Amino acid sequence: MNEKHTKPEKAVQIILILISVLFITVMLIFPLFSVIINALKKGFSFYLSALSTEYVLSALKVTLLATGITLLVNTFFGVIASFTLTKYHFRGKQILTTLIDIPFSISPVIAGLSYIMLFGSLGIAKPLLDRIGAFLGTDIQIVFALPGVVLATIFVTFPFVSREIIPVLNQQGSEEEEAAALMGAGFFTIFRKVTFPHMKWSMIYGMILCASRALGEFGAVSALSKTRGQTFTLPLEIDALYLSGTADSIVASFAVSSILVLISILILILRNLFEYRAKKG
Amino acid sequence: MKSITSKKQPKNIIPAFGINLGITIAMLSALILIPLASILAYSLRLTPGDFFRTLSSEPVRFAFGTSILCSFIAAFINAVFGTIIAWVLVRYSFPGKRILDGLIELPFALPTAVAGITLSKMYSTTGFIGKIFDRYGIRISYTHIGLTIALIFIGIPFVVRAIEPVLEKYDPSYEEAACMLGAGKTETFFKVTLKELFPAILTGFGLAFARGIGEYGSVIFISGNSQKEHTQVISYMIMQKLNYLDYGQATAIALAMLIISFLLLLFINIVQIRQAKRKGA
Repeated sequence: MNEKHTKPEKAVQIILILISVLFITVMLIFPLFSVIINALKKGFSFYLSALSTEYVLSALKVTLLATGITLLVNTFFGVIASFTLTKYHFRGKQILTTLIDIPFSISPVIAGLSYIMLFGSLGIAKPLLDRIGAFLGTDIQIVFALPGVVLATIFVTFPFVSREIIPVLNQQGSEEEEAAALMGAGFFTIFRKVTFPHMKWSMIYGMILCASRALGEFGAVSALSKTRGQTFTLPLEIDALYLSGTADSIVASFAVSSILVLISILILILRNLFEYRAKKG
Repeated sequence: MKSITSKKQPKNIIPAFGINLGITIAMLSALILIPLASILAYSLRLTPGDFFRTLSSEPVRFAFGTSILCSFIAAFINAVFGTIIAWVLVRYSFPGKRILDGLIELPFALPTAVAGITLSKMYSTTGFIGKIFDRYGIRISYTHIGLTIALIFIGIPFVVRAIEPVLEKYDPSYEEAACMLGAGKTETFFKVTLKELFPAILTGFGLAFARGIGEYGSVIFISGNSQKEHTQVISYMIMQKLNYLDYGQATAIALAMLIISFLLLLFINIVQIRQAKRKGA
């Protein structure tokens, strides 16, 4: 709007901007700085030693492993699901879309609980799991073991990639693919030459969101992971350090948090860089 | 693609429909639907008596009350400030606007456990904000106030991101018309603009509210989880039952929570469908 601003209008504008800046500063920026200040409270050498304990290194490994597998699984699913939902005609599309979005509206603790109910000692798939384990000659552990941590992470981030791709493909329509198919192109050719260039950026954007949530997931993983130094992820290690309650361990928990803060700032910057391209398709 | 002659879905020209739909449904079932169904399967073992006894026990009732009330207040506060922030970010231009816009997403990027320990430290009687309030005898951490602040933190991006796109597309000619008809700026805002934005605000409110009820990581540190002071939230309750291996009660609470989230999801969907219809008309 390029109308002239009257004086009281200008004042309202300034007040509203001030309210916004104040809210964002107190609610969002203060906590960010508070992590860094608390992390460096005992000096830089303490900070470094807090980061190189065996527990923290193990947690870092578990976190990266879970995030890596989650990214692979959810990106594969996201690409296939969004292609299916936007390029074909079939009944029940809306229901399928809603079902994929379920993890968004469910407490992460329930995600963890659902895997316990499936694979835990009383779980409905436990007899089947035992039989497969006996057949293979090993004891398959999912709950309270690494597979459980990975599954919980996959659950909470399941719709992240597909959700970013679907609107872009919807906007593009399916005429190009249909034309290619009529000219005799196979699925892989159509996908590689026609669809993928359209979805590329939104896929990367979705992967960034997925990685960001996977690195920091706490509730779901917490229900399925009980062994510190073996199946703990970084957020669980932060929780354990913070709850130990000694002054040193609290500073250490902020030190570990500061790594995740740096990663999330990086992700925030990447998000803002990619968001524009992703939405454009 | 609508065919005029028959109501049947048009045939799929693009190849590999079966396999793509198959992969989508198989992955969705294996990773999300079957685990969730196992909660339902386990809850069938409970008698309605067990179910209601669990839900009506005092700690569970208070936990539901705390979660719902604090999430509602937080979502309401977010709806007010979120509308102001979205308005400022879309309508005004000022230095640093892009950074503010990027920072809104921080609660999505920052791991909930990190947010949780930082907020709890900041607002404790030794933290730099908690100290100020402590002088006036107000405790924030380990009370309902702290709990609500944590929920405001995680909820704000939902509201801002729900309103921004609607505000961007919103045609200011209505406002201009109202202005020409003699309405004042304030009157125009409340009678014309706010009315137009209301569905988006309601959607953001619903999303923030739903997220708040299920929230775990960011609230458990600042809430103090005291049964006596009723600061236990509902997802903490599930986690506690899980730790005591009381799967029956954990499932009963989870089932009640699932029902609440589905009702909220339904509400949000209805609001969005109405909004889409209005746009179409």
